Amino acid sequence: PRPVGRPTAGLYDAEMAARITRDDVAHVADLARLALTDDELDLFTVQLGAVLDHAEDVEALDTDGVLPTAHPLPLVNVLRDDVVRPSLDRAEVLAAAPSVEDDRFRVPPALGEDT
Amino acid sequence: MTGVPATAAAIAADVRAGTRSAVSVVEEHLAAIDVREAEVHAFNLVMRDDALAVAAAVDRRVAAGEDPGPLAGVPIALKDNLCTRGVATTCSSKILEGWLPPYDATVVTRLAAAGAVPIGKANLDEFAMGSSTEHSAFGPTRNPLDTSRVPGGSSGGSAAAVAAGFAPLALGSDTGGSVRLPAAYCGVVGMKPTYGMVSRYGLIAFASSLDQIGPFAHTVADAAALLEAIAGHDPMDSTSIASPAPSITATLDEGVDGLRIGLVTELSGEGTDPDVARRVAAAAEALTAAGAKVEEVSVPATTLGLSAYYLIAPAEASSNLARYDGVRYGLRVDAATNGAMNTASRTAGFGAEVKRRIMLGTYALSAGYYDAYYGKAQQVRTLIIRDFAAAYERFDLLLSPTAPTTAFAFGDKTADPLSMYLTDVCTIPSNLAGDPAISVPYGVGDDGMPVGVQLLGPALSEAVLFRAAAVLESSMAGATSGATT
Amino acid sequence: MSETTAGVLTTDAGAGTIVEPFTVTDPSGQAWELVVGLEVHCELATSTKIFCGCANQFGSEPNTNVCPVCLGLPGSLPVLNRQVVELAMRIGRALRCSVEPSVFHRKNYFYPDMPKDYQVSQYDRPINVDGQLELPDGSIIGIERAHLEEDTGKSTHVGGGGRIHDAVHSLVDYNRAGVPLVEIVGRPHVRTPEQARAYVQELRAVLLATEASDAKMEEGSMRVDANVSMRRAGTDELGTRCEIKNLNSTRSLVRAIEYEARRQVDLLASGERIVQQTRHWDEADGRTHTLRSKEEADDYRYFPEPDLVPLEPDAAWIAAVDAALPVLPAERRRLLVERTEADAAVAALVVERDLDALVLAALDAGGDAGRLVTRAANDLAGVDAGALSADGFAELSRMEADGALTATQAKTVLAELVSSGGEPAAIAARLGFEAMGDDALATAVDDAIASDPAAWQRFVDGDPKVAGLFVGKVMKATQGKADGKAVTALLRQRAGT
Ligand SMILES: [Mg+2]
Ligand SMILES: [Zn+2]
Repeated sequence: PRPVGRPTAGLYDAEMAARITRDDVAHVADLARLALTDDELDLFTVQLGAVLDHAEDVEALDTDGVLPTAHPLPLVNVLRDDVVRPSLDRAEVLAAAPSVEDDRFRVPPALGEDT
Repeated sequence: MTGVPATAAAIAADVRAGTRSAVSVVEEHLAAIDVREAEVHAFNLVMRDDALAVAAAVDRRVAAGEDPGPLAGVPIALKDNLCTRGVATTCSSKILEGWLPPYDATVVTRLAAAGAVPIGKANLDEFAMGSSTEHSAFGPTRNPLDTSRVPGGSSGGSAAAVAAGFAPLALGSDTGGSVRLPAAYCGVVGMKPTYGMVSRYGLIAFASSLDQIGPFAHTVADAAALLEAIAGHDPMDSTSIASPAPSITATLDEGVDGLRIGLVTELSGEGTDPDVARRVAAAAEALTAAGAKVEEVSVPATTLGLSAYYLIAPAEASSNLARYDGVRYGLRVDAATNGAMNTASRTAGFGAEVKRRIMLGTYALSAGYYDAYYGKAQQVRTLIIRDFAAAYERFDLLLSPTAPTTAFAFGDKTADPLSMYLTDVCTIPSNLAGDPAISVPYGVGDDGMPVGVQLLGPALSEAVLFRAAAVLESSMAGATSGATT
Repeated sequence: MSETTAGVLTTDAGAGTIVEPFTVTDPSGQAWELVVGLEVHCELATSTKIFCGCANQFGSEPNTNVCPVCLGLPGSLPVLNRQVVELAMRIGRALRCSVEPSVFHRKNYFYPDMPKDYQVSQYDRPINVDGQLELPDGSIIGIERAHLEEDTGKSTHVGGGGRIHDAVHSLVDYNRAGVPLVEIVGRPHVRTPEQARAYVQELRAVLLATEASDAKMEEGSMRVDANVSMRRAGTDELGTRCEIKNLNSTRSLVRAIEYEARRQVDLLASGERIVQQTRHWDEADGRTHTLRSKEEADDYRYFPEPDLVPLEPDAAWIAAVDAALPVLPAERRRLLVERTEADAAVAALVVERDLDALVLAALDAGGDAGRLVTRAANDLAGVDAGALSADGFAELSRMEADGALTATQAKTVLAELVSSGGEPAAIAARLGFEAMGDDALATAVDDAIASDPAAWQRFVDGDPKVAGLFVGKVMKATQGKADGKAVTALLRQRAGT
């Protein structure tokens, strides 16, 4: 077992960086709707690589037949009765919005996006 | 910090008896805040007027002969990721700056019913992602015991508020150690309850399957009283345990005679500073002296905890933080299309550490990597639960350091995120297992900074955990700082 | 979710009538046949939303049925509505699905209609799996799954004539966000546009019968997406499909499928390949327009929703749902045909008009099966048959069968019965419809013959046109009491033909 606080490899370890490419990082940034500068792309490629490298023990583990735990609690069927409860005051809701028109949230057009 | 500040128990007793007004209590703590807050920066917001108004209401209830609640007039700091109706709640992030929640978190409602007085919104690492409170968009919190050092994180503001005497009580949230680590670094008691014991409704999510709200206090008894006030089933949280709040304070002084306590090899071995290890050994002796049987025990899968955690938590976070898109609330940076607006707003609104974790989690969930990363990490979670269960067949509780070191200096770990992540290595396993754990201050290390020892228990073992914590506390009482035994 | 059926070779229903596929022949003479898989989203008829206590109500003031949960405010958490599970199981069992332990996942993608920027939906463990729907023509369409998910809010596109393509900006109302949906994923067993229409109508009948949804396509409480692909006639594997959205009526469904089939064949004929994509039906110009290419890599990053726990309805709950299910349209059609020997299409019509129960009750009351079905199918369209008693309907059918009433008279009496109830015999008498004896009829016919010997001779010589003349004379003489058929028969007899 890895001792606690195992010293981490240096920042610019090529083998670690190889774990996730700069293109991967750019693609993930798109998915997450984040715009990264070239410097951030470089830095994140190395830093994410380091974390993923640290996760190699998990990645390599033989977990055949081990059920995943999505949740620490063994609860099932937590259900609510179909009874109406008061909604929020619209003025209070819209007061938080960056842009409002006709009591609706105003946004730029969602061109070519999923529907 | 001068002298030992009044405990919540003492304050509540006086206020309930009418021998001391809640307003005067709040004024004293506001005064303490005025003296040191500029230096410590425990708060994003001091709720000066609200606190005085709530305190006045408590006093009126006392005057009217009504029961003002078990925490009557006790000031409490709320981590700034707990929703407070009409009071700015920011998660220490620019993306939520100025947002006024239209509702109260369940714990906030329960504190009000208990007569407690929220006095401020405590600073944190942005969206609770960090171990030092250096990742706050509004500037770091300083450790009141040595302002050149971090208070730990992510609930650094809450821990510092208690340590600095700004409030006898505080609430934080613990996803991978975010209550216990700062408690250890600031020399106060901090506790993470069993997952599902305290409602998460109104706690702004970091990692939903790991987050739990937990208490900070100077004393074990105060922490227990605070947990009793906020615990218990909440129909608004599907993951809330369907049982009433456990009774903890009633059995607090029952001691540890006959308890079997295991010292976890994997969490106390190489990588733990020797002075920290010595304090843990001293704690083991104290428990033994009180009649417990302490032995070493191996919980092998805990060594996989850190890796699993840094796949699971970012994955859930990447989804939980998608909603900050500039449409309904929070920061918007305008652009020609909705997609571009989302990106511009998120890029401007999130700090580097939050972006790093969103990126990591998005990657861990993305097509082709789910099985290798998120899927595997969920299986590791099963292994950790299994190994803990095996240990709890032989032991009632487990013992370890709360962290491998004492509080570190500013900037020490910001350059290398992984080194920062490693400070959570002892606390993370309980979050993955959903089990309770408590950090008790147990003397100081060679640098004179506090050392926290951690007691871990199986699900719903809070009462026993607090009994053992009380034993450690009393074994320290009187004992001079206990440095370098 | 129909991705999961792509490439599967079960493109024909396991059972039921095989429908002749709709084909398009390209200029080279190659015939291409249609394969359609339908995905239907229906809003459940609950009082509240799926995960919060806000009213599930169509047409409220914008953003008035919203709370921290359905607005996805920071810190809010979902709690599943029990009635949502009940209705989902009703739909599943009505579609002969098995109810399985299920898990909610998060489907992650950014869209302003979606308050959390992920949709809570069921992914690899849906509540209902593997069912089927039998259509009036006897064909059977497989159902892959019917799973639970939350609806999104509604965007109004301002500018560009409300079209999403060239909107200037959009306005979002979250009243619909969190409304419970069941997504019914049909297998690619639909072979003609008409069968697609029949499938949607039959599904709607089931949803109404189970009271799980009001299933109004025009209000969007029932939304149909069609996955359309073409393949060389007679071959077996599925071609690349396009998903067509924005189908607001069964009429647009049929038009869109026909248009899309031809569009794809044009491409295939000119050797191009079909790009898998989502296309938007434009009712105005009668075309489908590309929204976005599926190849713009969807990466929804599904993972189990950690704020919800697994759903495992026990056997008792499922049994209770089964026990409460109404008799479904297919079964009612089968029963009606069995009892009345009616033609399948006629039986379907009677069931669609909800008259099958009345017909069967009248049959039990001694009515004439053939006459009952005919009158129900032809003469009770769009009328409220509430006042019509089974006994009255039965007696009427008997009188018609015995010749006591002519067809024309029977229709008149039926209309009277429907509007004001009463006894068929009494009504017939009041209208002077008492049947004529055979002698009286014979006399009337002979009088008519005698009245025009010349015309009679032409009839005897075989000119059928004059038959009408004599029938008319008899009708006039008997004030229409005579049965036209009987008169013609007598005339023939007298003429010795
Ligand atoms: Mg869907
Ligand atoms: Zn709601």
